[in-house]
Amino acid sequence: MSAAGLYNYWIVILLMMAGFYVVISSGNLVKKIVGLNLFQASVFILYISMGKVAGGSAPILREGVTQFSNPLPHVLILTAIVVGVATTALGLALVVRIREAYGTAEEDEIHQQDESL
Amino acid sequence: MRDNPVLRVVTKITLPLIFLFALYVQFHGDFGPGGGFQAGVIFAAGFILYGLVFGTEALRAAVPAAVLRLGIALGLMLYAGVGVVTLGLGGEYLAYGTLAHTAAHGQHLGIFLVELGVGVTVAAVMVAVFLAFAGRADP
Amino acid sequence: MLIEAINIVLLGMLAVTALAAIRLHDLFAVVMLFGIYSLLAAVVFVVLDAVDVAFTEAAVGVGISTVLMLATIGLAGRHEKRPAHRPLLPLLVVVVTGAALVYGTLDMPHFGDPNAPVHQHVVPRYLQRSADEIGIPNVVTNILASYRGYDTLGELTVIFTAGVGVLALLGLRRRRRERPGPGQSPP
Repeated sequence: MSAAGLYNYWIVILLMMAGFYVVISSGNLVKKIVGLNLFQASVFILYISMGKVAGGSAPILREGVTQFSNPLPHVLILTAIVVGVATTALGLALVVRIREAYGTAEEDEIHQQDESL
Repeated sequence: MRDNPVLRVVTKITLPLIFLFALYVQFHGDFGPGGGFQAGVIFAAGFILYGLVFGTEALRAAVPAAVLRLGIALGLMLYAGVGVVTLGLGGEYLAYGTLAHTAAHGQHLGIFLVELGVGVTVAAVMVAVFLAFAGRADP
Repeated sequence: MLIEAINIVLLGMLAVTALAAIRLHDLFAVVMLFGIYSLLAAVVFVVLDAVDVAFTEAAVGVGISTVLMLATIGLAGRHEKRPAHRPLLPLLVVVVTGAALVYGTLDMPHFGDPNAPVHQHVVPRYLQRSADEIGIPNVVTNILASYRGYDTLGELTVIFTAGVGVLALLGLRRRRRERPGPGQSPP
């Protein structure tokens, strides 16, 4: 339970909380999506750092290497990265349509326009 | 950006290299880092660079919308189709061992086809999404 | 020892980039900082032996995501409105969540521990048997395309669906300003 062994995880939690803060506190829709991507990228770093084996190398079988880092988190995070960009593209397309419909990309102005109908 | 001669010339020189690198990553994914997703994204990045420097009209002329729609569907059909073929050949869905005379050869062939399908769909989707965003601006 | 030092420096740079992205209100700068963040994350992945993941993060995060965000701020506006009141409640939520997560990590195995539970069960089987069963050197491609092929089919379907969704929302046709003809009302 030493700090040196867990320092990585704590920094990554700081990064995750930074992204999370951007998502819940910013009023601009595009900045929310950027914050969501920051959050996602730091979750990826958390998973990959859990798969690292001290003294291991990249999981490609070759001569003279016996100790490998865990390839399973790599596969999961590959899928997660691509799914993340898919949802980002869809979210940004929605923001573009919202901007065209309401004239603004700020959350409170959109609420105002909806409530005044 | 079309008027900038440096950008024009450098783009024309580097575009074949980008596409070649994308094909290299696609087929060398068995021996080093790489594979379908990375190759598809790099391939799309080449087209996006062309669209950024020469304009979206030039990109639409180079890659018509029908080709993009075909590409989006074709890769997924290839992947799912490999599974159906293995079903027909007597194995389970996506059991590549039935595709060739030995199991290891079947795995090689199956992984090759599957990664090709992934690369085609990813490239087509990325270019189509870029064109959808870029074409939305007022002319 | 050098690897730990590189790791610490990179994670520090990531933290600075993320905190700067929170504070800025010019969205162009925020998107560029996001691109830098993705590139630093890709370097961290290389240091952590995840070369496939680094490749994908560099291509997708720095390339596609940044380009799409720039296109969106070109269409939706470049400046964020400054908030009217100080966001104390989000800060409280974030601090509480972060504290809960840090408390959760106290039970985790140390960074780099080869006896961690995640390295047991199925992964040694993949590493040892994939040379005979499949014969491809890149174990990540093996697992992605063969051992966990269904998940990759699902992932491809997600990309396909996102592509279809964006085309349904925005369309591929050129957006012309429609001029009303004689006797028609404006759109």
